[in-house]
Amino acid sequence: MSDAVVNDEKMNKVMMDERGKRLINRTDQRLSLVLRLLAMANAILLALIIAFLVKESWPLFTDKGNGAWLTLFQSDGWHPLEGQLGMAPMIWASLAVTLGALALALPVGLACALFLQFYAPVALSSGFRLLLNLLAGVPSVVFGLWGLTRLVPLIASWQPPGASLLAAILVLSLMILPTVALTSAAALAAVPRELTAGATALGLCRKTQILQVIMPAAKSGILSGAMLATVRALGETMAVLMVAGNVVQNPSGLFEPVRVLTANIALEMAYAMGGHRASLFASGLLLTLLVWLLVWLATRMANNRCAANSHQMVSSHG
Amino acid sequence: MADRLFSTFVFASAALVVSLMLWVLADVVIEGTAHFSWHFLFAEPADAGRAGGIGSILVSTLWILLIALLVALPLGLGVAIWLAEFTGKPSRFAPFPARNTGMTLDILAGVPSIVYGLFGNAFFSIYLGLGFSILSGGLTLACMILPVFIRTCESGLRAVNDDWRRGALALGMTQTAAIWHILLPAARPAIIAGLVLGIGRATAETAALIFTSGYVDRMPGSLLDSGRALAVHIYDLSMNVTGGDGAAYASALVLVVLIIVLNTLAQSLVDSWFKRRLAA
Repeated sequence: MSDAVVNDEKMNKVMMDERGKRLINRTDQRLSLVLRLLAMANAILLALIIAFLVKESWPLFTDKGNGAWLTLFQSDGWHPLEGQLGMAPMIWASLAVTLGALALALPVGLACALFLQFYAPVALSSGFRLLLNLLAGVPSVVFGLWGLTRLVPLIASWQPPGASLLAAILVLSLMILPTVALTSAAALAAVPRELTAGATALGLCRKTQILQVIMPAAKSGILSGAMLATVRALGETMAVLMVAGNVVQNPSGLFEPVRVLTANIALEMAYAMGGHRASLFASGLLLTLLVWLLVWLATRMANNRCAANSHQMVSSHG
Repeated sequence: MADRLFSTFVFASAALVVSLMLWVLADVVIEGTAHFSWHFLFAEPADAGRAGGIGSILVSTLWILLIALLVALPLGLGVAIWLAEFTGKPSRFAPFPARNTGMTLDILAGVPSIVYGLFGNAFFSIYLGLGFSILSGGLTLACMILPVFIRTCESGLRAVNDDWRRGALALGMTQTAAIWHILLPAARPAIIAGLVLGIGRATAETAALIFTSGYVDRMPGSLLDSGRALAVHIYDLSMNVTGGDGAAYASALVLVVLIIVLNTLAQSLVDSWFKRRLAA
């Protein structure tokens, strides 16, 4: 089996080479040229994004007040008009909101995926999937509007002021739930049938089958879905801006209003000048770096999954 | 016993999620229809949006979307074809630009939309001097949806069975003809998926547009005028205008329906276009 695969790949390579040599005609050449130009334009465009983020936040790194960018991570207060640019409370708030939303959405989303894949009857399952897909497409600003007019008054009647860390976590977890549920369901569906059959043959009960056999097999898929959800939660601006209260302070309680990094950009960009503006671009750069880290982790997990799968194939045939 | 407890947890979570989602949807539909009328759909907003309608805002939204798609679709499809058909399998020995493209695009697809807004403001609005305009908003959105669109189309093209390529080769087709007549129609589902994702993200976007296409709610006279998108309108009504909730919910309903309609339209258009080409 594996020999055949290797052979096939070799053949493929040879054919590709021959195609490259033989079939160069003028249309193909032109197409290749046009596509290469498009790819180059695309690369330049994407490089420009990073370049402009760095360029606009550059004053912070070269400022006479050397090491001005270090103060971004200090918590001596966010008073941009007086030149105090301590962003630490907002960084903490971003992390708190993201982690809180994940803590709610991961278990519930996973349970929804299990329901879709193993518990629900077919008709119910497809209806549920449709609903999840619909909700995944609802704009964040609509979730924000709903949170602002329904959830915030509800929380306020219990623990004023209502617009709080808790409201942000709840709205955000509702927003990332469809992502978690749908990607986890896809990962669960990709688990080989033999594993389930083997587990049934061993006489394991359903819970043990799912928790001990199927979930470990789908682990990397579920985790990379969770990474996607984290990226979305971290970058969400409008929904959080609308329900979190936007007071710059360290998140000390669930009912305290907080302001996250993305919301800060949206709120202050309109009148930011000089160092203030540069610090907003720097926080954009920081968010990009965080996303970079998360995507790198997710890619590593996906690669591990490929390696594990091929290992499985080899051992099952060997 | 533990088994019973576990399945109770699964069923309870599903029931909770369904009821929450139905709550959100029902709210949008009920509150939205209460304030909705045909007049609302076509009239200009008045009294900061409390009265009047969303006619000019719909026009701005569609213009912004049109620009974003006009730029992103050809560019994205071209890059996807180049990546999938001209650079070989992704490996360490692939030609330089293709080597790291996958991860770079994944990162850019994950970058928060507000960061695209920062870039759009610095590059299109200020550096290129387009100001707060529909054009700079649309171009910003094009940058935002490009990475997702390229990735989806590329993976669709890569997933096409190699036998089809060999068949085309055996028939003596040029690569151009093979791509145009065989590979693109074969990758149709992925192209549709990318298009739907792109339209959904671009129509729903608020954060990237606040500092690029601006707040002005008049009917745009040209592409260099500032135009307020529907999502920005909802944000503004709910945050800055007291008593604007009814209009905000009606706009939200229109926005959700608009996304569904546009997606269905795109799907059937692409489908019929490819079917005609396959038949010809």
